[in-house]
Amino acid sequence: MVKNFFKRFYIGIILLFLYAPIIILIILSFNKSKSRAKWGGFTLKWYAELFQNDDIMRALYTTLILAFVSALIATIIGTAGAFAINAMKKTPRVIMLGITNIPMLNADIVTGISLMLLFVALRFSLGFTSVLLAHITFNIPYVLLSVMPKLKQLNPNTFEAAQDLGASPFYAFFKVILPDIFPGIISGYFLAFTMSLDDFVITYFTKGPEINTLSTKIYTEVRKGIKPEIYALSTIMFTAILLLLIIANRKSGEKNIPLRK
Amino acid sequence: MNDNKLINLVNITKSYDNTVILDDLSLYVRENEFVTLLGPSGCGKTTTLRIIGGFETPDKGQVVFEGKDITKLPPNERQLNTVFQKYALFNHMTIAENIAFGLKIKKKSGDYIKDKIKYALKLVNLDGYENRMPNSLSGGQQQRIAIARAIVNEPKVLLLDEPLGALDLKLRQDMQYELIRLKNELGITFVYVTHDQEEALTMSDTIVVMNQGYIQQIGTPEKIYNEPENAFVADFIGDSNIIAATMVEDRLVNILGANFPCVDDGFGKQKPVDVVIRPEDIDLVKPSEGILTGRVTSLIFKGVHYEMEVMAGGREWLVHSTDLCAVGTEVGIKVDPFDIQIMNKPASEDEQAVVPGE
Repeated sequence: MVKNFFKRFYIGIILLFLYAPIIILIILSFNKSKSRAKWGGFTLKWYAELFQNDDIMRALYTTLILAFVSALIATIIGTAGAFAINAMKKTPRVIMLGITNIPMLNADIVTGISLMLLFVALRFSLGFTSVLLAHITFNIPYVLLSVMPKLKQLNPNTFEAAQDLGASPFYAFFKVILPDIFPGIISGYFLAFTMSLDDFVITYFTKGPEINTLSTKIYTEVRKGIKPEIYALSTIMFTAILLLLIIANRKSGEKNIPLRK
Repeated sequence: MNDNKLINLVNITKSYDNTVILDDLSLYVRENEFVTLLGPSGCGKTTTLRIIGGFETPDKGQVVFEGKDITKLPPNERQLNTVFQKYALFNHMTIAENIAFGLKIKKKSGDYIKDKIKYALKLVNLDGYENRMPNSLSGGQQQRIAIARAIVNEPKVLLLDEPLGALDLKLRQDMQYELIRLKNELGITFVYVTHDQEEALTMSDTIVVMNQGYIQQIGTPEKIYNEPENAFVADFIGDSNIIAATMVEDRLVNILGANFPCVDDGFGKQKPVDVVIRPEDIDLVKPSEGILTGRVTSLIFKGVHYEMEVMAGGREWLVHSTDLCAVGTEVGIKVDPFDIQIMNKPASEDEQAVVPGE
């Protein structure tokens, strides 16, 4: 009993420390008073103001388009890459996986600065396209990471079995192989989407002056002093990312359900 | 079984990365025959099956099916179906969708497919499993679904690649009977690959024993067991005593210094040979009645019989008998003439893998 109590207490403390800042942020986003120290009553005012702020709305739109497109392209490239890497012999496969993991392990600031230098060196003007390319670059490893295990689980005979039953290689790939690894692809997509939504440092260095994503927008706003609208925006972002992660987890766990109507 | 050669492999050679897997292999399968390719891992049996199925292309040689050369035909255009070792069911489809896969590609009508699914599930004793997912079935059930999925396409030949390899002993034995029943009910040709000699002996009409890419012997299970052509076959099929001996004259062989009457002739006089004597063919008698005498050195109870080792003539003899002789007993060894199988000695180690007829 006592042991059980301490176990729960310990987990409770950890969760509290992890989420306390976010909880405070969420509470403040509903605070009528502009002060950070005083509770002035419940309001949705900041949310309303947020949606009327054109700058922020434009940044939100950019962020979403960026996340959607970069995750989509990264998923296509990453999935194709996963097939290629999976077909390699052991040594080249380990080397390839190591190389593709570098953008993920590398400090964001290094990736960001080096990408910026590359774009400048190539006389590529910084703007939406450069940010998009940067996001695709750092998203690919996440797709590989979630598709590779699914490919490893794949029975090598499945593809042959489909052909044996009369399917052309093309048909067999789309009807048998792709559906089998689809949960991995979907969770890879959501992971990439979240990473793109989340990124500040790399975006900051590759974006150029014309465009802003939410994170860079918030950063510039903060320098002028934090407005409660930003709390509301952060709350929305947190909730959205949380939802996406839950969906991604659900998707990759779905395979274990034995029955289907 | 008639004598039509349904599948004919002609001088097949296949190698990977300079390792020769199959060397000039020729083999035919008759219509309605149960042929088993038997051999240790790496002997080329699975490669042979994959060449028949179209998953591998031979470097040299031809695959002839019903008189037509199909060597270059892709697997989806061959009238054969394969059952793989690890089932290879489509995990995201229900059992019914799995079974319907081939029929849908052939654009059969919905009613036809429905009937076929029902029929196939009944055949493999899994009625009512239509809406289950493959992952919810046991290994044995999944393998039966894999078989059902293959046979609904009414193939001329069913290729089976160690289909029972992943199952436990009891289930494996049940499935062996089930496969024999299926073959008799469907009347199609089976080409079966296994490394399990007991499985091969139980189910086959014809066994092809392979080693290192060569066919060692082709024959009925009785023939392979009782009259192995060389030491490899004798050793691989069941326990056996393989002893270097000398053929004294026709129908008389000298084994470890004692003359045993036998039934073979035509080997010449004073010719070195190998003899195979199955452990269950050795009779332990009183020392005075035996051709050789020895002493029992170990005794193990095996259920059906006792397994004994007898030291006689300077080597251990493996003996299976239902009569018990305690360790240390002096015994005589007697073998009936027709239980002694004489084989030509290989000239070298490599010749262990000889092409038949050479």
